This record gives sequence, structure tokens and C-alpha cells, in this order.
Amino acid sequence: MDVSQTIYQTPSILSADGLVGLVFLVMVAVTILGAYVASTAERVVRAVSGLVICFVGVAGIYYFLNSPFMSMMQILIYVGAVCVTISFAIMLAAPEEKKKTTPANILSGPLGFIVAALIFGCMTGLALKTEWQSYPKSGSGSVRDIGISLLTTNSMVFELISIILLIAIIGAVVIARDGRSS
Amino acid sequence: MTLLTIHQHLTTYLAIGAMLFGFGVYGLLTRRTFIGMLIASELILCGVSVNFMAFNRFLAPDPAVGQIFTLFIMAIAAAEAAIGLSIVVAIYRSFKSVDTEDLVNLKG
Repeated sequence: MDVSQTIYQTPSILSADGLVGLVFLVMVAVTILGAYVASTAERVVRAVSGLVICFVGVAGIYYFLNSPFMSMMQILIYVGAVCVTISFAIMLAAPEEKKKTTPANILSGPLGFIVAALIFGCMTGLALKTEWQSYPKSGSGSVRDIGISLLTTNSMVFELISIILLIAIIGAVVIARDGRSS
Repeated sequence: MTLLTIHQHLTTYLAIGAMLFGFGVYGLLTRRTFIGMLIASELILCGVSVNFMAFNRFLAPDPAVGQIFTLFIMAIAAAEAAIGLSIVVAIYRSFKSVDTEDLVNLKG
């Protein structure tokens, strides 16, 4: 199969390739919308909802990057665990943004927007200008390959991450429990 | 390169990652509560993961390495969220507020 042909010809919107492209655009739109809500919403509950939407969109993008496994993990860990934990913290701490009484920080106005826009613009410009060099593939990146690599090449990191998670959970319990009796 | 074939190019994914990173930085700078800042930092980590997965798909010789890296980032993010939220709960218990401007005990 000629690769350059399949990549650069424009598919019809009703063909299979065109629909795949359309789904990708929808996923990107969902991601951007969620990220926008998560970073600008005034109420924290809405920000968490935006975060959930954004993570679902990113899971769809992972699917387009040939990795259904990471897509599942994204939904399981981020949407299922991290966002739910943040929602519980919101219910426990009720962090409503109050009216601004003190003068705002110099970075929290338009300057913060300029900084973020500069970061985005510079990184996208770099990505566009660089001549990326591809190397021949040596594996398929399947779940089987990931598992073998986790238990052979990366076994040390795997153990370390397990210990970090254990310590983090114990530490979280200790910190949150402190001063509970008073 | 039209809009419908845009998902076959590395640059698209790098731009998405950069955009998530930018949104995260903006949120981190403008938020006034700890939980809002934590949400923004999750966005930053997510942008980094998208970058890793894009390079893994298009450039890396072994496509398993980037996925493992992203898996580790997810684990670290989960640990960070657990610790961060327990600190938030502990702060709320002693200060009755999680607004960043109320916690000025260490200010000289």
C-alpha cells in the first residue's frame, strides 16, 4: 500500500476516512471546550465538570494515537478516580471563590492570559518549524508489549511507582486525619 | 493537509498538547483557591501526556515506551491529587478557608 497516497488525498466526508476525521475534530473540540471551562469557570464545581469533559476528549485523542489501552486508563484513572476525589474535596471544603476584596495579583489579569498565549504560540511554532525525524518501528505497542516491558525493562520504575502510590495514600490519610478529634 | 486528514499529522497533536498546557498555566495564574489551582495542574499534566503519546505514535522506535511513560505520569498525577486534596482538607479544617489570600501566617 502506498502510504503517501493514503495520507495526503482528501477523503469525502461520507466515506469511512472522512468520518474518522470528523470524529477526531469533535474530540478536539470537546477537549478544548472542557479545558476552557476548567480554567475559566467561576465556580469550582463547574471547573471540575469541565475537567471531566476535557479528559474524555483526551481519551478520544489517545484512541487516534493507536492506544486504546491508554484511552481506557485515562477514563478509569482521571475521570473515575482523580475527578471524583476532587469533587469530594469540594464537598468537604466548599471553596467558593469569594468577591475580590484585595487588589488582584499582577499575574492574574490580562498578563496571565498573555503568558499562557505566549507559551501556546511558541510551542506550536516550534512544532511547526522543526523537521521531525522518524525512526523505523521495532514493536507494535500492543498491551502485551507494554506488559512485557513493565516486567522486564521498566520493572524498577514499576516497583518505585507502586511504593510512591502506597506512601502517597498513607500520607494523605495521615495529613487529612490530623486534628480531627478537636 | 485538509481538516479531515488533520489527525494524521504530528503537529496537530503537539498543538493540542501545547493548548492544554497553556490553559493549565492560565488557570494556575488566575485561580484564587487551592482546588482551582489543582485542577489547572491536572490540565498541565494532561498536555504533557498528549505530547508523549504523539511522539510515541509518530517518531519513537518502540511504541510501548511512550505509553508506559504516560502510565507513570497518570500514577504520579493520582498521587499528587491525593496528597494535594488531603492538604486542602487539613487547611480548611484549621483556617476555615481555602482561598490562597487568607493563608498569610508566614508573611513577614
